Amino acid sequence: MKLITAIIKPFRLEDVREALVALGVPGMTVSEASGYGRQRGHTEVYRGAEYTIDLVPKVRIEIVVEDADADSVIDAIVATARTNSIGDGKVWSSSIDQVIRVRTGERGHDAL
Amino acid sequence: MTMNSGDTAWVLAATAMVLLMTPGLAFFYGGMVRAKSVLNMMMMSFVTIGIVSVLWTIFGYGLAFGDSGSGLYGSIGLSHLASAVNSMPNNGGVYPIPELAFSAFQLMFAVITPALISGAIADRTKLVAWVIFVSIWVTIVYFPVAHWVFDFGTKHKDGSITGAGWLASRGVLDFAGGTAVHINAGAAALALALVLGKRVGFARTPMKPHNLPLVLIGAGLLWFGWFGFNAGSALGANGLAALALINTQVATAAALLGWLIIEKFRDGHPTTLGAASGAVAGLVAITPACAFVAPWGAVLIGFAAGAVCALAVGLKYKFGFDDSLDVVGVHLVGGILGCIAIGFLGTTTVNSAGANGLLYGGGFTLLGKQALAVVSVFAFSFVISYVLGTIIKHTIGFRITEEAEVSGIDLAEHQETGYEFGLASGSFASRLGSAREGAES
Repeated sequence: MKLITAIIKPFRLEDVREALVALGVPGMTVSEASGYGRQRGHTEVYRGAEYTIDLVPKVRIEIVVEDADADSVIDAIVATARTNSIGDGKVWSSSIDQVIRVRTGERGHDAL
Repeated sequence: MTMNSGDTAWVLAATAMVLLMTPGLAFFYGGMVRAKSVLNMMMMSFVTIGIVSVLWTIFGYGLAFGDSGSGLYGSIGLSHLASAVNSMPNNGGVYPIPELAFSAFQLMFAVITPALISGAIADRTKLVAWVIFVSIWVTIVYFPVAHWVFDFGTKHKDGSITGAGWLASRGVLDFAGGTAVHINAGAAALALALVLGKRVGFARTPMKPHNLPLVLIGAGLLWFGWFGFNAGSALGANGLAALALINTQVATAAALLGWLIIEKFRDGHPTTLGAASGAVAGLVAITPACAFVAPWGAVLIGFAAGAVCALAVGLKYKFGFDDSLDVVGVHLVGGILGCIAIGFLGTTTVNSAGANGLLYGGGFTLLGKQALAVVSVFAFSFVISYVLGTIIKHTIGFRITEEAEVSGIDLAEHQETGYEFGLASGSFASRLGSAREGAES
């Protein structure tokens, strides 16, 4: 099983979600995140005083999928999150050992 | 002379409008600080309403508008408001309104003036120190200075006047409080910013406003209330009040634009904070001048105030003092600009009780009087505030601990937080047995 984590621009979330639903991904966890990569932050000016805001708002999507589905899910996220401008985000996947559905106690593939 | 119901109604309504300015100021300031300080910032205004209203009733009205014969302060002793129930105020002439309405109207000015100072010492002031400062400051600075400027003395039947404040009797023109309110508060703000020192992380870590919509609500309430402040100072429903009102509107509008134009050219973007700040700068600057200049003069004063104050708020970084919310840059600078502008733009064509400034052939006489008022009120307020602040600093302490300041003054001073951020709601432990029983049933 793979945990796919995607950091994307917040305004792309709805398109990414729709693409994943179309692929048959049954659920996801979304959280607000902040951070920066190569694009760094931005500046804001209040009464003439300039503040550098280092951390930019992002959205983090987390999905656990079967190994065989990982590539197609990753491709769908990358394709729909891309705007071709700096700050589009990153997607990574990692192997995970165990998944348990809390309600039933099912484990592994059954819990997905 | 009998009381005039129209005049009385207007002064009563204006009194309520001026009261609303202090909660408006609390919003204006509260939105500008960080989320962890919003309650304390607003509390500094609200507690001031409490303190000054009580002191005014006990002795403040007497100290400001009584007669000691010195011109420096009013009468020392009780205000005796009960004996004023059926009388009319005699302030350079009798006004056909209840003296209690006049007293209540003037009270609201005494309330907002120390509240204005609080913006300079945001995020770091011990509440008990603030309460003590405000109590003493209104007593030895505001009430006397209000006497200097606002007390035109008792006019007797033979036309002679006794007991006027020393600046009022010299013909200084300050219709609604450029000196007593704004320069006075601005000078004290500068003094306290110097006495308390900078906030932890000043000019290194971002201290951006946490709620600009709140700032705009506050600016809107100030703008609305200011019509009571300026037009109410006519103490009657008449042409003078209308002149003050229209001048207040156009000066504020022009100042808003002036601030935004500076921002557009200097920073690239006009900001909502700039619009709110420009409006307040215009309100400040037109306050002393609103019944002494023509509307075109008010536009000039407002535009100049917006532009000059937009530039002045940067000075604290140059000189290295932490006037947190720019009380100096807006109220001191705007107040001085408005008071001095009367020396140029004052004209008797709009108000026969006024005087002609330099541009209306009045020469330098009026300008000199205005400068005298500016310098004397600034010097008096700054020196007394600096000494008083220093005494408080070295006795009970004026600042909270560094740890409390970093973790947030709302929690440290009030055991409250302004906003509920998700998971921090905690668990419920009632101190009341009955509440626990109620929850079980």
